[in-house]
Amino acid sequence: MDFRDTPEEAAFRAEVRAWLEANGQKRSRPDEVFGEGLDDAARLAAAKAWQAKKAAAGYAAITWPKAAGGRGGTAMQQVIYQQEEAAFVVPGMIFEISIGMGLPTVMTWAAPELKARFLRPGLAGEEIWCQLFSEPGAGSDTGGVRTRAVREGDDWIVNGQKVWTSGAHFCDYGILLTRTDWDKPKQEGLTMFIVDMKAPGVEVRPIHQMSGDSEFNEVFFTDVRIPDTYRLGPECGGWKVMLSTLMQERLSVGGNLPTDLHEHLIALAQKCAWDERPAIEDDRVRARIADAYLQQKGVELVIARGLTAISKGKAPGPEMSITKLVAGKAMQDIAAFALELAGPEGMIGHEALGGDWRYMQRLWLGSPGARMGGGTDEILKNVIAERVLGLPGEIRTDRKIPFRDLERS
Amino acid sequence: MNFDFSDDQRLLQDAVRTMLADTSTSQAVREVLEGRASHSEAVWLNLIEMGAAAAAIPEQYGGAGLGYLELCLVAEEAGRHLAAVPLSSSFYLAAEAILRAGSDAQKQRWLPKIAGGELVATAALGSRERYRTPAPLAFDGATLTGTSPALVDGGIAGLAVLRVADDLVLVDLAGAGVSRRPVPTLDPTRPLAALHFDRTPAERLPAADAATNAATVAARVLDGAAVLLAFEQVGGAARILEATRDYSLERKAFGRQIGSFQALKHRMAEIYTAIELARVHAYYGAWALSSDAPELPKAAAAARVSATRAYVVAAEEGIELHGGIGFTWEMDCHLHYRRARHLGQLIGSEHAWRARLADELIKEAA
Repeated sequence: MDFRDTPEEAAFRAEVRAWLEANGQKRSRPDEVFGEGLDDAARLAAAKAWQAKKAAAGYAAITWPKAAGGRGGTAMQQVIYQQEEAAFVVPGMIFEISIGMGLPTVMTWAAPELKARFLRPGLAGEEIWCQLFSEPGAGSDTGGVRTRAVREGDDWIVNGQKVWTSGAHFCDYGILLTRTDWDKPKQEGLTMFIVDMKAPGVEVRPIHQMSGDSEFNEVFFTDVRIPDTYRLGPECGGWKVMLSTLMQERLSVGGNLPTDLHEHLIALAQKCAWDERPAIEDDRVRARIADAYLQQKGVELVIARGLTAISKGKAPGPEMSITKLVAGKAMQDIAAFALELAGPEGMIGHEALGGDWRYMQRLWLGSPGARMGGGTDEILKNVIAERVLGLPGEIRTDRKIPFRDLERS
Repeated sequence: MNFDFSDDQRLLQDAVRTMLADTSTSQAVREVLEGRASHSEAVWLNLIEMGAAAAAIPEQYGGAGLGYLELCLVAEEAGRHLAAVPLSSSFYLAAEAILRAGSDAQKQRWLPKIAGGELVATAALGSRERYRTPAPLAFDGATLTGTSPALVDGGIAGLAVLRVADDLVLVDLAGAGVSRRPVPTLDPTRPLAALHFDRTPAERLPAADAATNAATVAARVLDGAAVLLAFEQVGGAARILEATRDYSLERKAFGRQIGSFQALKHRMAEIYTAIELARVHAYYGAWALSSDAPELPKAAAAARVSATRAYVVAAEEGIELHGGIGFTWEMDCHLHYRRARHLGQLIGSEHAWRARLADELIKEAA
């Protein structure tokens, strides 16, 4: 049992740190984000410039083969890079779907000339990718997609609607799951395509989230023409292609929970009074601070178990699902308790109550989304029950019925 | 990053698991439950002979000289198999107190006897909660008088380490003026006795460092015990969850395996999650204990609280998910229900340890 790097890992860490210090900007405060003070266009341009530098240095896709533009490195090196990069102000989610889902799917399923066309500009951040799977009628049950692709000569004509697409408003390409055969059962009639997000007939509308932000979009397709050469995998092989895309997440080690939440609670409790005494002296408050630590340190340590597997060259198993299950609800509970510390005044917005409340207030409003993205609590519990504990799968009444005969959800 | 036990440590664990699967059977545990034995003697002899119980006692005192990581894995298996033996009393508590605060002569005299299984030792090092009794123990520097009301394994112990005010006191239970009375207990697989002392000869454990007082030594020993008990709790919790899972695949109701109902699947997924969180906190505690890290008080309290919760929940829900059959004497569900309670209260409740964790976190943030 040893939390330190192996000599090889330490050497790689030193190399990464030196590069980041020479090229990046260290975080000056914990909640500093990339491109503060810039407008959207300028922030995107700055993000692309950073990604180009990162790709040129060989850090954009550490685990990819060299032939595909990667570094041919190990998963542990990827983890070390991410750990080191976390201390720097870098663009967060912008390229995550490109590198984590879009491009790997292209790498696995596209023809050589398409790989040559897409991989390099994608890695360098010149083009950004999104993922278009979910639909209004196909959330947890992704096999229910109804976006229709119909063959016309060498092209396909696409009509339908996708939803919860991160970053669609600034993306150049997407991987698109469509239904091409309505006579087959739901998962067997699907086909995957590359779609040009700037093509005629693609309309992106931001979703106004309950938190007030708009990180996701609805995407409407009206007679959008996609060449058959942009098909990924065989006709009606879309389900398998999608699973291969999601398998890319296998090496990621699950949900994350900030490691300083109990410190935020302590700082806020020192400013509040319970029964005319500092709240930090109240045993009920202290118990909740301890519970917050138990959850966040627990998630951190489960991730350390996943990293141990990666470090030994193994893939972390489905038991990593517990990190996201714990992290989402813990975020919500801890943030809600932080607001309760101030009683009735805890309802005052941070703009008036004080900047130190901003973090917990935003966490409280964002946590319902965190509990759903990447699988709801309920789906994760099914994953744990079935894949870890070996309990029976859910009864499915739609498995053998032609999709067109299914009752519409 | 290597947040795991070594292959050699896992081999020891496998050997202990195999031995316990053969000897610490439900039948053997029930011999103690139903009062026909004070402990599972075959299990105890094997744990002693394998060097498993004395894994963390240095060789110079007759132990195996392995370490705490090894003892943690032994504890996990003991918990898993509901071992009805004085492992925690003798090794996590009494031997550790003597190791940390005893004189050379005391260590030479007592530790080889404990390590070799010649005598069982017990300890009461104090806890934040207690029942209000009128006559606490009194130690005058040479003799001990008063009653210790609930000593685990007190009926068979030959030695006790007791916290008396500002002292840690070592008492040879073969000495004069000792009387014992068995006390009915909610987990009869870990029997309790009240021990009464009447001017019984006793000696102080002179903490190795004069600046180290009894409270500090006791806290340090209890931190170590919290980690080791957390392994027992995680082992027991995992076992009852597996038994519950297996039963839910056998039992049918409404035309289906009951384990196919989402209400049960989700409940078991939640229990699994609680156990795995407890497991990683226990591992972290093991790391802190074995490396004597400054994080030990925090890690031990976290292991204690999470493992206590996990075992209690797994045991309670284990009965509920089994249904009526889980409420019968014949099923082992109640053995876990009782053991979870015993382990969860042995060195103070989860509430006291949660408060200790909060103290550490707030101190750290200051």
